[in-house]
Amino acid sequence: MTAGVDLDNVCADFGTFRAVDRVNVNIQPGEFFSFLGPSGCGKTTILRMISGFTNPSEGVIRIGGKDMKNTRPNQRPTALIFQNLALFPLMPVWENIAFGLEVRGVDKNTRRAKAEELLRLVDLPDAADKRVSQLSGGQKQRVAIARALAVEPDVMLLDEPLSALDLKLRQHMRAELRAIQKRTQVTFIYITHDQGEALAMSDRVGVMSQGKLQQVATPREIYDAPANGFVASFVGENNIFSGEVAGAEGAFATFRTASGTFQARLGPNTTGAKTRLFLRPEHVTLQAGPGALNSIPVEVTDVAFEGNFISIQSRDSSGQMLVAEARNDGAATVPKPGEKLHMVFDPAHALILAGDTAAKDPDA
Amino acid sequence: MKDLLNRYGPVLTSIFILLTAFWLLALVILPNIYLFENSFRPYLPIAEVGGPNDTYSFDNYLKFFESPIHIRVFIWTILYSSIVTVICFIIAYPLAYYLAKVADLKLVPTLFLLLFIPLWVSEILRSFAWFIILSLKGPLNFGLIGLGIIEDPIRWMTGFRSVMIGLVYTYVLFMLFPVYNAVQSLDTNQIEASEDLGAPWWRTHWRVILPHCKPGIASGSVTVFMLSAGSILVPTLLASTNSRWFTEIIQQWMFESQDWNTGSAYAFLLLIICTVFVSLVMRIFKVKLSDIAK
Repeated sequence: MTAGVDLDNVCADFGTFRAVDRVNVNIQPGEFFSFLGPSGCGKTTILRMISGFTNPSEGVIRIGGKDMKNTRPNQRPTALIFQNLALFPLMPVWENIAFGLEVRGVDKNTRRAKAEELLRLVDLPDAADKRVSQLSGGQKQRVAIARALAVEPDVMLLDEPLSALDLKLRQHMRAELRAIQKRTQVTFIYITHDQGEALAMSDRVGVMSQGKLQQVATPREIYDAPANGFVASFVGENNIFSGEVAGAEGAFATFRTASGTFQARLGPNTTGAKTRLFLRPEHVTLQAGPGALNSIPVEVTDVAFEGNFISIQSRDSSGQMLVAEARNDGAATVPKPGEKLHMVFDPAHALILAGDTAAKDPDA
Repeated sequence: MKDLLNRYGPVLTSIFILLTAFWLLALVILPNIYLFENSFRPYLPIAEVGGPNDTYSFDNYLKFFESPIHIRVFIWTILYSSIVTVICFIIAYPLAYYLAKVADLKLVPTLFLLLFIPLWVSEILRSFAWFIILSLKGPLNFGLIGLGIIEDPIRWMTGFRSVMIGLVYTYVLFMLFPVYNAVQSLDTNQIEASEDLGAPWWRTHWRVILPHCKPGIASGSVTVFMLSAGSILVPTLLASTNSRWFTEIIQQWMFESQDWNTGSAYAFLLLIICTVFVSLVMRIFKVKLSDIAK
């Protein structure tokens, strides 16, 4: 079984503080949906409202079309994986997994069999009788997933479950979660501040800031066509220019900045708003001579070799710091600090967007 | 030791250690050794002390086993102390859970203060207060009759019920605090995880919260049980002719019969048998001594 989740104008207030502000989203049955945002943006509150531990102060939450207003967490067809996993330390692994079945009055032999089956699914076939404290971080993770799957939820809710793991394991668990989701067809709602996780795993991503849903789209659209300055700056790296639109022509506009006047693509809701120009580091090229269009003379200040790409820091005549990324194809010539070059970019890759930028979360 | 020396210098350090040693030795160990030694000697006129009749034996201990009344009183004491312990737990557990997990954080210090204030009044006064409350024409009967719950006044102070009321009132906080600490140390996510997996509230308590609190409950229970079994004040004030506490018998031996030797033997019997009883109960509930020390 799998079910969609509809959030209809959902708000959450804590005293005078509005943690979640009019969130509207329809999450499809079987979808892998992520809420992405900096800490304190309200994404965990949304998860707690879907699981039933917090009541929305306004709005309606429907799971499988049914209003969840008076349904207690233990009656909802959801299973929550906590950030700290919240495994029961006093029960052996198999009892942890079978707890949801025990509660439902399933007899012991069936419970044990089901727990072992789920342990095989999460690739921990010999862990049934171990204590939780004997498991490694990644193994605990799997047990938590198995425990949640055991109750055969229609919707699985995950609250940054990978944040405690080291990088390699995190990447491995990402793929694993994705595979489990595909196999079980359960709707996954995933909360994270890690854009890499959200982009790599999700069918759709909802980017949140200050309680508001900023954009809901596929990972590709979020990255390539962000709806506003917050989304653009929170997801991925950018060169950001302050300035103003000097004249628009269809989808494109002339944008005047301290670094020069550029041709760029006009984003949504930009008329009359305060706008900025966003330019991804991988969409600029550094060349010896000036380009015909969108060309900035710069001086290279620093070069960082990142392995698969080379990150080049430079400064233009207005003092603005700019970043360019070149793919390391083994043949690229690496500029040296002090070198004077020209930064050139295609108008199609420069976006004019409205709204504030994100103060970067140091964890992200 | 070295830290202590570095911090306070040799003079203060020696004073601390000597004071602690004095307290342990002179006020705890020596009196106990004195009583222990005496418990094996017969009760003799002063002139015969140290004489040929003053020999070690188990006679004082055997007196207990030869007296069915004393054995019965002892069993009552253990039984009713156990009941007091259970009642204390039944009262303290919901309260501890409320204070640790439900109550508004801002309210908790006030609630604790309210719980503490009765402790500032001496045990004697509190027991006397209950004596007044429970007396035949006391406020409790007056109130119950006034509310129309009962027609005739109830004789509260008969049997063990007034003793139990007094003991529960006196020692319930010794149960509350360890249990509160235990509940408080439980990650709230565990409670929510249990509920999220479909558990009704009682099963969450039974499978998640209570097992976690076991060491706290054990430590509170041992304290309440030992204090109740060893209490002299409450039974003296609140017991009636048909309810006697074992400590009263020890007191009779020591102060009415002036027989400190038998009194000592009885006191050690109380200590030893209670310790054995507590160890047995701990074994049944699979609690280790090291769990309690946490």
